[in-house]
Amino acid sequence: MAINWYKYASPASFYALAGKMIPFFTVLAIGLLATGLYIGFFVAPTDFQQGEAYRIIFIHVPAAWMSMFLYVIMACWAGIGLAFNTRLSSMMATAIAPTGAMFTFLALWTGSLWGKPMWGTWWVWDARLTSELILLFLYIGFMSLQAAIDDPRRADKAGAIIALVGVINIPIIYFSVQWWNTLHQGASVSVTQAPTMASIMLTGMMVMVFASWMYSIAVILKRVRSIILERERHTVWVAELRRKGAL
Amino acid sequence: MKPRHKKLAVITAGVTALGFAAVLVLNAFQSNLVFFFSPTQVIANEAPVDKSFRIGGLVEEGSVQREQDSTTVRFAITDTAEAIQVVYTGILPDLFREGKGVVAQGKLDSNGIFRADEVLAKHDENYMPPEAALALEEAAKAQRNSLIQ
Repeated sequence: MAINWYKYASPASFYALAGKMIPFFTVLAIGLLATGLYIGFFVAPTDFQQGEAYRIIFIHVPAAWMSMFLYVIMACWAGIGLAFNTRLSSMMATAIAPTGAMFTFLALWTGSLWGKPMWGTWWVWDARLTSELILLFLYIGFMSLQAAIDDPRRADKAGAIIALVGVINIPIIYFSVQWWNTLHQGASVSVTQAPTMASIMLTGMMVMVFASWMYSIAVILKRVRSIILERERHTVWVAELRRKGAL
Repeated sequence: MKPRHKKLAVITAGVTALGFAAVLVLNAFQSNLVFFFSPTQVIANEAPVDKSFRIGGLVEEGSVQREQDSTTVRFAITDTAEAIQVVYTGILPDLFREGKGVVAQGKLDSNGIFRADEVLAKHDENYMPPEAALALEEAAKAQRNSLIQ
């Protein structure tokens, strides 16, 4: 059976589909989170130089990765919305921003907590930390610009431009530790090289990364459903839902 | 010009301008966002004079001397080519160890000794249990011995 994907570009049918998908991703997120934290705190061994303090990596790295992934995905949706004028794409971008900002904050915060005992400082203005902070400002800028414009279609367009311009920051964050001398160490996990982590530590970290993905999908779908309802509140199908008492 | 072409031209011009701006910003970063200088750069007078800056490298093996009855420490930062003598008074981070990464902030005095007012530890990207680290060390030692023989 062929699925007609275009059908789900309509907010009304996507609203229903998202509603069916949320429980699935929620259960996966909880399961993976429990497994990942268990591996991180009880199974993974102590590190040879950082002792127990390195365990913050199980939160810090997934958060930092998600902050970058989500930005790219947000910019893609915003770009598609700008180019093809598809309403749902712009709503997806709007729905992703708060979760992305949350992960960026989490990465900066846990990084700071990790930096104090290991490096000896809460914060330094090195290229990695500074570019990640700029990412937080980009998310906040995107959200506040959208909130400042009353007409949602114009807000979508203005936001899309910020989101697309900001994409330049993502490779800067990723490669900052190679391009400049930074206090932050290089990547332990990369596409081109074998990971420089013991495998059980890596397993725990990757489980946490998948947990973060599942959490993000569940929360973003939940949020996009609210945005759809808010923007389509004058339509017949929303009135129909209300009449049936499904809201 | 059709409106569609006009729109495309505006977008192309915008993207070009942005790309140009990004190149300029990155270029500026290249010279200003240097978090630390290596000892070789300092010897080559690339570091600022009479201004606070940072030196990064490894703590030279066997160079750490602690003064009695004070928290003053003397050590050398090396990038394996050159080394700079550093004096620091204060509490060192836990990860400060000989042969490990370090970043010190301070000024060079007239004798070429770096007077640090902040010392940060820079650790590497390797994570493993202590037994694995020990095994690696043993293996490296065995290899060195076999090379000597």
